[in-house]
Amino acid sequence: MNARAAAAVLLAAMALAGPAAAQGAGGGGFAGLGSAAEGFALPDPAWRPDFPADHGPHPGFRIEWWYLTAALEGPDGRAYGAQWTLFRTALAPGEGAGWSSPQVWLAHAAVTTETAHFAAERLARGGIGQAGVTADPFAAWIDDWAMQGLPGGADALDRIALRARGEGFAFELAAEATGPVVLHGSGGYSVKGPGGQASHYYSQPFYRVTGTLTLPEGPVAVTGTGWLDREWSSQPLDADQAGWDWLALHFDDGSRLMAAQVRGAAPYRFGTLIGADSAARPLDGDAVRLTPLAGARVAGRDVPVRWRVAVPDAGIDVTAEAVNPQAWMDLGVSYWEGPVRVTGTHPGRGYLEMTGYSP
Amino acid sequence: MLLDVDGLTKTFATAEGPVAVLRGVSFALDAGQSLALTGESGSGKSTLLHCVAGLEPFDGGAVRIGGADLAGMGEAARAALRRRTVGLVFQQFNLIPSLTAGANLAFQARLAGRHDPAFCAHLAARLGLSGLLDRYPEQLSGGQQQRVAIGRALAARPALLLADEPTGNLDETTGDAVMDLLLDGVAEAGAALLMVTHSMRLAARLGGRLHLAQGRIA
Amino acid sequence: MMRAGMAAILSHWRRHPVQLAMLLAGLMLATALWTGVQAINAEARASYARAAAVLGQDRLERFVAEGAARFDQAAHVALRRAGWPVSPVLEGRIRAGGLRLTVLGVDPLTAPPQSGLAGLAAQGGFLRFITPPGEVLAHPVTAARLTEAALPGGPAIRAAEGVPEGTLIADIGIAQAMLDAPGQVSRLLIAAEVPAGLPDWREIAPGLVREAPEGAGDLARLTDSFHLNLTAFGLLAFAVGLFIVHAAVGLAFEERRGTFRTLRALGLPGGRLAALLAGELLLFAVVAGGAGVVLGWLIAAALLPDVAATLSGLYGAAVPGSVALRAEWVAAGLAIAVAGTLAAGAQALWRIARLPVLAPARPRAWAMAAAGGLRAQAAAAGALAVAAGALAVRGDGVVAGFALIGCLLLAAALALPVALHLALRAAAARVRGVLAEWFVADTRQQVPGLSLSLMALMLALAANVGVATMVASFRATFTGWLDQRLAAELYVTARSPDEGARLASFLAARAEAVLPIVSAEAVLDDAPGQVFGMADHATFRDAWPLIAAAPDVWDRVAAGTGVLVNEQLWRRAGLRLGDPLPLPGGALPVAGVYSDYGNPAGQAILGLADFDRRFPGLPHQAFAVRTADPAGVAEAVTAAFDLPPDRVLDQAAVKRFSLAVFERTFAVTGALNLLTLGVAAVALLASMVTLGAMRLPQLAPVWAAGLTRGRLAALEMARTLMLAALTAVLALPVGLALAWVLLAVVNVQAFGWRLPLHLFPGDWAVLFAAALAAAALAAALPVRRIARLAPADLLRVFAHER
Repeated sequence: MNARAAAAVLLAAMALAGPAAAQGAGGGGFAGLGSAAEGFALPDPAWRPDFPADHGPHPGFRIEWWYLTAALEGPDGRAYGAQWTLFRTALAPGEGAGWSSPQVWLAHAAVTTETAHFAAERLARGGIGQAGVTADPFAAWIDDWAMQGLPGGADALDRIALRARGEGFAFELAAEATGPVVLHGSGGYSVKGPGGQASHYYSQPFYRVTGTLTLPEGPVAVTGTGWLDREWSSQPLDADQAGWDWLALHFDDGSRLMAAQVRGAAPYRFGTLIGADSAARPLDGDAVRLTPLAGARVAGRDVPVRWRVAVPDAGIDVTAEAVNPQAWMDLGVSYWEGPVRVTGTHPGRGYLEMTGYSP
Repeated sequence: MLLDVDGLTKTFATAEGPVAVLRGVSFALDAGQSLALTGESGSGKSTLLHCVAGLEPFDGGAVRIGGADLAGMGEAARAALRRRTVGLVFQQFNLIPSLTAGANLAFQARLAGRHDPAFCAHLAARLGLSGLLDRYPEQLSGGQQQRVAIGRALAARPALLLADEPTGNLDETTGDAVMDLLLDGVAEAGAALLMVTHSMRLAARLGGRLHLAQGRIA
Repeated sequence: MMRAGMAAILSHWRRHPVQLAMLLAGLMLATALWTGVQAINAEARASYARAAAVLGQDRLERFVAEGAARFDQAAHVALRRAGWPVSPVLEGRIRAGGLRLTVLGVDPLTAPPQSGLAGLAAQGGFLRFITPPGEVLAHPVTAARLTEAALPGGPAIRAAEGVPEGTLIADIGIAQAMLDAPGQVSRLLIAAEVPAGLPDWREIAPGLVREAPEGAGDLARLTDSFHLNLTAFGLLAFAVGLFIVHAAVGLAFEERRGTFRTLRALGLPGGRLAALLAGELLLFAVVAGGAGVVLGWLIAAALLPDVAATLSGLYGAAVPGSVALRAEWVAAGLAIAVAGTLAAGAQALWRIARLPVLAPARPRAWAMAAAGGLRAQAAAAGALAVAAGALAVRGDGVVAGFALIGCLLLAAALALPVALHLALRAAAARVRGVLAEWFVADTRQQVPGLSLSLMALMLALAANVGVATMVASFRATFTGWLDQRLAAELYVTARSPDEGARLASFLAARAEAVLPIVSAEAVLDDAPGQVFGMADHATFRDAWPLIAAAPDVWDRVAAGTGVLVNEQLWRRAGLRLGDPLPLPGGALPVAGVYSDYGNPAGQAILGLADFDRRFPGLPHQAFAVRTADPAGVAEAVTAAFDLPPDRVLDQAAVKRFSLAVFERTFAVTGALNLLTLGVAAVALLASMVTLGAMRLPQLAPVWAAGLTRGRLAALEMARTLMLAALTAVLALPVGLALAWVLLAVVNVQAFGWRLPLHLFPGDWAVLFAAALAAAALAAALPVRRIARLAPADLLRVFAHER
């Protein structure tokens, strides 16, 4: 989903003027995602994916991301989370040679433990090779952070290696898909608001993840499940949509659920239910219910960190609770992102992302 | 008449208003004569001497030296008169510090254009200065300095020698010796002498005496 | 007691306001010149520090290329991808709008925080900044001066506080286009905190070296000698000013001996009295020092535009044209005023502290006291002269050069009274006539009292002769050099490589020869320098100003088997003909050396073909054009290509511009020279006023013997003029020696070029007249006083104890 952090537009603002400029009040929506899209390509309902080419960048669109979250577990059963995200933002549509490229890259990486949360970001210009994405063989990188396709899978994304580091943490993970890529919305055309804003959106929700987190206390071997989101668009939010809440849940029975709401004048809800057999069923606003149950004080804000997630007609009614309520991404654009434990009709684990909560 | 002073008046401007120092002084002095000028401190005797020497201008009356009236003279003419006709000996600091005793001795005679080395040598011998001529004034005692001053005044063969307490700064013994030399020299040169002194004993050695009181001859 | 004592001591000044004014004026002038120079230096240094601190470069380590000014940005990408937190910077210089500008290309996303860049966050600002034609950030003052100017590549200019003057900050991509350096960077700044466990950078980017932060930066190093120059001048002026203070303090103490004696007799201890007097001096130092600091500020403000022009013309250093009040030089100015006053008064204070209660009030025996002193002075002067000789032979470095100048000037100053004494002794033996003898004898007596101020005058005159000779020699050499160097009739510069190509063919059809001018920045002898490519043509073979060359120099350069180096590189690197010079793309033997007064940096010239081989891809955009009809060709080019006037220059315009830069460069020197001479005149005046009080006993007997006061005054003036003339005559050889040191030692050290010494007797005549005029001015007041002395004052000499 997700209009995810997408902050990307702000890149420049973030890097150069700090979060205040990026998140100032005003009608730009979260991280400026609500601004106009002149000259940029617009999502097309008739579009059909073309892999592996579509794993690569779409410079005609304003924003795009490669967004992987992994809900993990240590050898002693403790819960961990890891995030590796690369955003592409086009200041103008298209490519340019060398430094004149209008493409700007932003990456976020994070590791969450039950008691701590580490996050880091990287910024880079397009055009010179410091950051970028190639489709086949697949590689996404910025500086020494990388999401690298490994040989051996049917799809270029089937086997990937992930690497990132920041102050106080580092991780090296391998992810192997146990199912195919899943298209959201209508054949990968995902509507984000009542005004018809949409994005191209697909996921690889079937990763089995192994690897090592390096924490201040030392290395931790982890295993778990991962979820990769690929999304690109040019104007995903209405100007009055302040932010969103997004969950990607891995149920122990092998099924997956993506459920999200964009918080506008009225919340706009959508989701995808993915069976263990990988059959995807789009959920519209009536089919999915999201209810905040409890909040926590995080970075001077009140943020809901326990949610009731229900898809009544599928018999799903679960509670998703943050492993660490303080999983605040205190970066150029700040938001909440961390692993959740899932209890209820379909126990399991997953990831929760919440944006646009002001102090 | 070599010197003829007639009705000389002189007033100084002071902070408290004008003070009349000389109020009509008249006297005369012939060539070869000598006169002592006595009086209390502040009676104007030094001022009178300075006026006669052409060192200070006066307000009224006449000072004629050899018939020429100083009242009508400019500074240059009075300076010329001092060079040629008048010899001066003051109480102290008569000498030019940058010149040796010998050069001091000859200075005025050379200025007046009457330098006679033999006469200078004679004077030096008479004044007991023969061994001191290469010394600078600072290296001479007060008595020696005054003897050089007298020699310098006489070397120019002035018609009139004016002396202002020439031994006033010396002890009595030295002063007497210097006075002897002065009087002998004046006599030998045939010059007239007008000498300011407050000593009756010295005044008695001169040919005549004028007593000045409150700006007038008493 | 203390209060009453202070009142008694200070009452002197109420009665002698002129003396007080002199003392204060001397102190003020001395402080002012010193402070002014310091303020200028401080301003310049602050601006270098600002320039160096851009992007925090004064604190960050960097990677630079070994043996080259620039390197491929691939090294940047490779290091980033290995996790190294580096940010690329491309630096270069351009000329635009008559300014020399430093272009700094940065990557705003990885750059250390830099004010000005923050403004880019505004709507669309970042996109405008990074996409051609781009946008450059400039200090508002610089931006205002560039409103009419066309920058290469045509970026817009945006004013931004916090960018140093004379610097343009651009996106690195835009800067690469502006500087014709596609894909090139000058250095990679390394973030303050480097994560542990990164791979070894040597393996990722071989050919780079890691360097410590530059602190004050290149500019501070380049301009060091220039500022040392100014400081030396300031110090000289201050020393001259102290002569005044010394004279005034000496006089005031002398005249108050009676008061001191009375105070001592009344029971004030000598130490206490000295303390009171020290307190008095301190008060004067603070008052006059404060006024001097303010005056210094004004002087600095008046001189700074010229200094800024000099620094910009010589070194490309941008210094703002206004002086900010800075604590550093205000405090330093006051401190040196106090220290100088106490130093000047120390001798007097020491004497007062040890004054016997009943000291005789005797006029000072100048001549007596001086006799023994002269021998010691002569010995000291001799020793200093020997030291100067040793420094001239053995010394190395700018500091040694100035030490040599210091020894030379001090030796000359100490030798002055000895020389005057000998001259007057010789005169005494020769003159005839009673007045002439007295005149000489009296003058001899005056010399010890005047010698300090005459020394000051001589120092000022010698500095004048030396600096004027140096500047004039430099000008003569420079003009001749320009004639040789600017042999072509027309200089044309295209705006783009493409236009350059069209221009070349257009010109080829209309001129006798079209000679491309290409250059690249490179590291020469471990310092930033430039490499030029030169076409093989008679223009250069006939006229290029070679000062040393192999017989077949031009053939070797044309064949790419030899390189020409400029004099400064030749001297600095200690090269000999035939020595290999390391160059990008391989070393070449030095085939010739040419003089180069354009800038202090090193230069090398390669044959054009060899240059193009070593620096591939550099377009030919600038051309020297040989033609019999420069005006016609210029007109044709301007019409055909619509080139702005600053891109089509005829020889005369270039010369005019170069000479204008030259003149501005030395305008400051001239102004300081004149001010120093003025201070020396005041010192002389102070001495004469001091001596005037002691003149009475010396003049009164002569007056009494039959000289008019007017005559005495005329003789006094003649004496002053004679002493000034003697001093000036003695100052001439000293000044020429100084000029030699400046040309043959200091210039070589500071700029790297050695200039022939030219003699300009006409200038000496003018200076001689100036010295006499200064002396006459200084003597005018004391002489007038003598002419108008009241007879009563003169007569008092004979009657009173003084």
